[in-house]
Amino acid sequence: MNLSFESRSSNEAFARCAVAAFLTQLDPTIGELNDIKTAVSEAVTNCVVHAYKDTIGKVYINVKIEENSLIIIRVRDTGCGIENIKKAMEPLFTTAPSDERAGLGFAVMESFTDRLKVSSKVGRGTTVTFQKRLSCRVGNG
Amino acid sequence: MRISEGEEEITAYLSGDIDHHSARDMRESIDAVVQMKKPSLLRLDFSGVKFMDSSGIGLIMGRYRLMALYGGIVRVVNVPDELERMMNLSGLNALDIIERRGVKLEAAK
Repeated sequence: MNLSFESRSSNEAFARCAVAAFLTQLDPTIGELNDIKTAVSEAVTNCVVHAYKDTIGKVYINVKIEENSLIIIRVRDTGCGIENIKKAMEPLFTTAPSDERAGLGFAVMESFTDRLKVSSKVGRGTTVTFQKRLSCRVGNG
Repeated sequence: MRISEGEEEITAYLSGDIDHHSARDMRESIDAVVQMKKPSLLRLDFSGVKFMDSSGIGLIMGRYRLMALYGGIVRVVNVPDELERMMNLSGLNALDIIERRGVKLEAAK
């Protein structure tokens, strides 16, 4: 499933709900769905607040359903990129305290999914990929 | 969101989804009342919250700081079970401002 939309904060709810709607075919638990919605919300907010700071750009979401109900979600932007990924991923580190960002985005994504990968190039953009295996109550297909 | 005002305390009943987009309006509404009334206690009631990302944590921490300016305190009450993980992850537990069911924190210090 592919989705692209403008990096407006009003689209944050749309993005997480669209991903959740797509995944209902796997009959996930409420908790699993909530975890994924939370991670998507954090990733998209990063695009709005950081990648396209003071501007509007495109956010791209790709969701793949692999075997055994493994979900792979990729959130990509072509914004400013991250200079120091390690630093950016430290809990409580934020470059936007005035916007009351808690500095927990990546920590939440890490905690609410099974695996998180961040790749970024300054001036080119950032791609965040996370995986989660659902308990799977329906047959795979 | 509904805000009830007493003599010394204010309660904000947060509802719906709290994300980066919705947190801004909530923050502005709460702060307007807090700055006018300067209460000694601000209660943030989460019973009506259906979804929250880390923006909710930013909202709590920001109000904590604002209330501290006036010498007041913040209490986070009626947190739904689904939000517990986010609350625990946030480090807010160290501030001792979240009231768990059946555990009343001291009203003011």
